[in-house]
Amino acid sequence: MEFFVTLIQVFDSTIRLATPLLLACLAGLYSERAGIFDIGLEGKMLMAAFFSAAVAAVTGSVWLGLLAGIASSLALSGLHGLASITFRGNQLISGVAINFLAAGMTVLVAQSWFQQGGRTPSLFGGGRFTPIEFPFAEAISTVPIIGPIYSELLSGHSILVYIAFLMVPLTWWVLYRTRFGLRLRAVGENPAAVDTAGVSVVGLRYAAVAICGVLCGIAGAYLATALQAGFVKEMTAGRGFIALAALIFAKWRPWHAMGACLLFGLLQAVALRFQNIDLGGVVIPVQVMDALPYILTVVILAGFVGKAIPPRAGGEPYVKER
Amino acid sequence: MTLMKSLMGAAAAVALTAGAALAEPALIFDLGGKFDKSFNEAAFNGAKRWADQTGKSYREIELQSEAQREQALRRFAEAGANPIITMGFGMADPLSTVAPDYPDTKFVVIDVTWLDAPNLRQVGFAEHEGSYLVGMMAAMASKSGTVGFIGGMDVPLIRHFGCGYAQGAKAVNPDINVVANMTGTTPAAWNDPVKGSELTKAQISQGADVVYAAAGGTGVGVLQTAADEGILSIGVDSNQNHLHPGKVLTSMLKRVDVAVYDAMKAGDEVETGVFTMGLAQEGVGVAMDDNNAELVTEEMSSAVDKARQDIIDGNISVVSYYENDSCPALQF
Repeated sequence: MEFFVTLIQVFDSTIRLATPLLLACLAGLYSERAGIFDIGLEGKMLMAAFFSAAVAAVTGSVWLGLLAGIASSLALSGLHGLASITFRGNQLISGVAINFLAAGMTVLVAQSWFQQGGRTPSLFGGGRFTPIEFPFAEAISTVPIIGPIYSELLSGHSILVYIAFLMVPLTWWVLYRTRFGLRLRAVGENPAAVDTAGVSVVGLRYAAVAICGVLCGIAGAYLATALQAGFVKEMTAGRGFIALAALIFAKWRPWHAMGACLLFGLLQAVALRFQNIDLGGVVIPVQVMDALPYILTVVILAGFVGKAIPPRAGGEPYVKER
Repeated sequence: MTLMKSLMGAAAAVALTAGAALAEPALIFDLGGKFDKSFNEAAFNGAKRWADQTGKSYREIELQSEAQREQALRRFAEAGANPIITMGFGMADPLSTVAPDYPDTKFVVIDVTWLDAPNLRQVGFAEHEGSYLVGMMAAMASKSGTVGFIGGMDVPLIRHFGCGYAQGAKAVNPDINVVANMTGTTPAAWNDPVKGSELTKAQISQGADVVYAAAGGTGVGVLQTAADEGILSIGVDSNQNHLHPGKVLTSMLKRVDVAVYDAMKAGDEVETGVFTMGLAQEGVGVAMDDNNAELVTEEMSSAVDKARQDIIDGNISVVSYYENDSCPALQF
């Protein structure tokens, strides 16, 4: 029974840790499916984390904070789009630049606005997303097995968690069941064909990058206003890169993305709960668990477990034939 | 231009005050910046206190990059500042090259104790002694018999904190269970409050009802989650009791401000050598103020006072992690 309780706690932690990964991963999925590589996920999340916390701290409204976070992330997306779609620059370099820009700007603006060493003030009350308790969660919690699963694992997360997980079927539906999704995928595989059909490649790619910005914005706001109560410098701590790893691991597919993010979240949760895992004499140090997402991604990329083939036109700026 | 101006200004100032042989002290903040709510801000507070009390002024610079360390040292030394006070272990290498070039200038460095130069005052802190006291308080405040420790990056300095804490907790209750976690092994571990929160939740689920965070920015997440979940937390370096009034049991103070104040007060007569500021020198201590007054019982404060005296008198010896890179009370 105690094992079961621990299991629930680890899974609960998994959901919290997987949520920012999932949002960023889906963000990257839209962008990369449209042929725009985006390693600036980390920077966009960080920027959104800062602006959501800053606006929530000043106005006391977490919803305004969320909007500000999305807006700031969208602005960076626009920059990425401008550099890599309009001016046909190198998408990787633009992404790296966005990461550096966000790391520096957030601390600079935070220091200038709040004078707290690059932090925002702590949020309280309406400045934070509070957990949502499902109906009857309290009453049902004593029922064995189902009770804890319902009341602890499923209930009691902030609304952004549920939004993140609802985004998965939505993304699947948009990509595979709508005209927009078909064109989006086509523009990442063969933009010339899309262009021949009379659809704007540039417009589609901007739309994909914008969706990416919105999702990264939600991810950043989740970190700063739901999981935490304020912004701390560099608080994304590499999650954007783990999300990219998850995207490759999932081979650019939405349901698999959820699986990959939950797996990586689980690895983190286990690493946090049990520091060094003792498997009958063999001790697995905590660093192995931290590195596992990257190791798994390399294994996938190397083609040991099926092949990960990125969208064919990914990374290539589209030039109309003359 | 500004460099020229300040050099000329300094030359004029030296000429004017040559008879009195008085030089201005200089303070070099580390990369965290003057208002980091912790290490550097403590130094600033010490300098400000000295300036307010004496009515004198001092020079200061906030470093923006690694490359500026040596440059700033030389510039202050050339300008005749004395003593030059520097912050953090990052100054160790620049100082070992610059200090011998200016034998008549006194340099002070905080958190470095291993250099060898005749004109250098090196100040270290006995963090394990302060951590011992907060460990005692944690054990006395705990009802579950389990207390937690969350470190930032896994380095000997942080193990040093954790080791003192565990010894203090075990001194009060030999059967106490100390759960210790490190956030990570890279510098990102200093600024990952999300991981700090998750570690706190994991420790709570293992029964911890008091957690001590020695983790820089990660500690913000630890203190926040502890307050949200209704358990007690312990802050570090500067007094963090005010972050969540009534929820932070105490803070382990590292009196960087005292070290800076003392150095400025002594001026260019400051004594050189290696100094360790422990409980006896009030270099470390526990924070008591209005924010935690209701949490600290009579019994706690008297036990802490007694232990402090015993450590100063040598009746209690707190084992330092540095002595043989292991801790008698805690397995990392």
